[in-house]
Amino acid sequence: MSWSGIFAAIVVLVLTAWAFRFAGRRTGRPYFRDMGFASALGWVLLVALVAYAVYAFFFVDQAVFFRWLIIGVVIAAVSAFAFRLLGRHVGTAGSRKAFRHMPLTASFGILTIVVYALVAIFAAWLAPYGQEAIVGNANILPGGNPATGGDPAFPLGTDQIGRDLMSRLIYGAQNTVGIAFATTCLAFLLGGTLGFLAATVGGWLDQVISRAVDVLMAIPSLIFALLLMTIALAWAGSSGGQLTLYMIVIIAVIDSTRVYRLARAVAGNIVVMDYIEAARLRGERMGYLIFREVLPNATAPLLAEFGLRFCFVFLTIASLSFLGVGIRPPLADWGTMVRDLSQFINFAGYSPLTAALPLMAAGAIALLTLAVNFLVDWMLHRSSGLKD
Amino acid sequence: MDSVARVVAQRLLLGILTLIVVSVVIFVAVNLLPGDFAQAFLGQGATEGAVNAIRRDLGLDQPLVLRYFHWLGNALTGDLGTSFAQANFSSFTGTAAENLPTVASQIAPRFANTMFLAAVTACIAVPLALTLGILAALYRNSLFDKTVNMVTLSSISSPEFFLAYILILFLAVLNPVLPSISNIYADMGLGQRLERTLLPALTLTLVVTAHMMRMTRAAIINLLASPYIEMARLKGLSPMRVVVRHALPNALAPIINVIALNLAYLITGVVVVEVVFVYPGIGQLFVDAVKNRDIPMVQACCLIFACAYILLNLLADVLSILSNPRLRHPK
Repeated sequence: MSWSGIFAAIVVLVLTAWAFRFAGRRTGRPYFRDMGFASALGWVLLVALVAYAVYAFFFVDQAVFFRWLIIGVVIAAVSAFAFRLLGRHVGTAGSRKAFRHMPLTASFGILTIVVYALVAIFAAWLAPYGQEAIVGNANILPGGNPATGGDPAFPLGTDQIGRDLMSRLIYGAQNTVGIAFATTCLAFLLGGTLGFLAATVGGWLDQVISRAVDVLMAIPSLIFALLLMTIALAWAGSSGGQLTLYMIVIIAVIDSTRVYRLARAVAGNIVVMDYIEAARLRGERMGYLIFREVLPNATAPLLAEFGLRFCFVFLTIASLSFLGVGIRPPLADWGTMVRDLSQFINFAGYSPLTAALPLMAAGAIALLTLAVNFLVDWMLHRSSGLKD
Repeated sequence: MDSVARVVAQRLLLGILTLIVVSVVIFVAVNLLPGDFAQAFLGQGATEGAVNAIRRDLGLDQPLVLRYFHWLGNALTGDLGTSFAQANFSSFTGTAAENLPTVASQIAPRFANTMFLAAVTACIAVPLALTLGILAALYRNSLFDKTVNMVTLSSISSPEFFLAYILILFLAVLNPVLPSISNIYADMGLGQRLERTLLPALTLTLVVTAHMMRMTRAAIINLLASPYIEMARLKGLSPMRVVVRHALPNALAPIINVIALNLAYLITGVVVVEVVFVYPGIGQLFVDAVKNRDIPMVQACCLIFACAYILLNLLADVLSILSNPRLRHPK
């Protein structure tokens, strides 16, 4: 499209918006009568975009990725709607009530998380081949059509050394998500315990831990993780399993600083309550104070933080693997897959499905993070008592 | 004004203290390595003599505290040491090492490239985020607000490389508008350099704009609930004027803070994006050094990233004190 074309389109849009507002003022309806020019322009833009999207969806042959995107969004919306409908009629009274006021985004989030969890748990049954098994020729193209270099036995093709990509994508859920989940749990155990301890005991212990956390938080987390991974690489040598273990500990420690901050702040507000004072006067032990008095009252903010922290950990692990210092092959992992398959993106013009392979692995990461974010958004909205 | 100067001076001192402690952490962490570089470099069959010779060359035989001060002193004068990957050990080869590329000489041009990338990103992202944030606050709870909210949430949720590859797919492969690989040379015209930097800059823009825009929106909406805004609205001012003339000046403190924090985030987000686009910046140098276990290089890059991060956070702190009257006169 040329510059003059773009300019003409803008002029037409602006004129249409002006005409729309002018016509709207003639009607008596309050919304149209008081509509500003910006709103009118917004509506006109929306109509133009929708019209172009419909045109591209049905009539532009090259817009394959756009078509996939639209189909994906429609499928996601419909399944989220169906899931919410299901949730409203099945389950306990409490869960039914929660589903009744749920926005579509939140039900999409829950559905996605459930699907990921199921895939991760049952990966061994779902995947047609093992994750490390070399089962076919190398570099079979996806699509399953022998005429275009595919093979019906491998719907998504094989990688550089002949491992089935679909199986590796499925096992990726187990490895990437599982490792991120374990890391987040460890970070919470560490940061939560220290945070509660610091808030309950106070004094010099609080000072020492807090200052140490301040220092650790002064280094950007990805940079710090990379620095420590250098050391882990030296310690682990060529052992991939050991390296993964070190990575879990490193990221858990780095992220536990953020958990510590929140846990200490939340617990700090709780320990000044009268019932804690009463428990102290009763002579309860520290363990009782932390687990029976503080923890139950700090669940809601910590749960939301768990979701957000999981996203950060998940993205950090994926980034480390993408950079080549995270989860080691032969374990299937999405970050590493994106890096290994990234060159396929250059074939988008000839074989869109091949180009979509790296995007599938990266999209799998993005989708789960988005789902967790949607869910946390809704949980925070609900617990903050905002009802609008 | 006196108290402001004192508070700012306190923050600056605290910042310098943090920097020193961080440098200790970086140094100690790296020196936790089992064995040392000499053993790793020579392999298992090395004789005691050869290992000792290299240790002496690199100064690894001195105590840890002494080495730290030596390293810090050199770093402050701009000498970050010699990269292990480039090192040519005089005792090992028998010739004196001369004219070796030092860490500093390798980092300097790449640091400039990274700064260029960050600057281009900031130039696109800051105006875009502010405009979108103000518009979203103005038309909050409308379809526009919800769409922007959804899009920004998606771009925050995506790993940087996902956004990068999507941009490559649409802007470099399907519609070849921009180059997908940013090979940049020293003697390159500004126009060409901009063209090759644009795609990584756009990727970073997507990430950073989302954060900035959401925080701008939140800051302005927070203010819109205050009585003096109600007053301005009741006077009959247009919504745009209420936001731009009445709400925005008071929202400036949190917004400046947000911008500085996001620039700090940008410094670290640069690592992944540089690797995707093979952009010759400091992030890529860092990742390569990590993989090669090139200790002086890792230390130097880490120190630079940490410095930039701490300084920008400090800047955010100081600016928010200076631009907020309530913080300027603490009780």
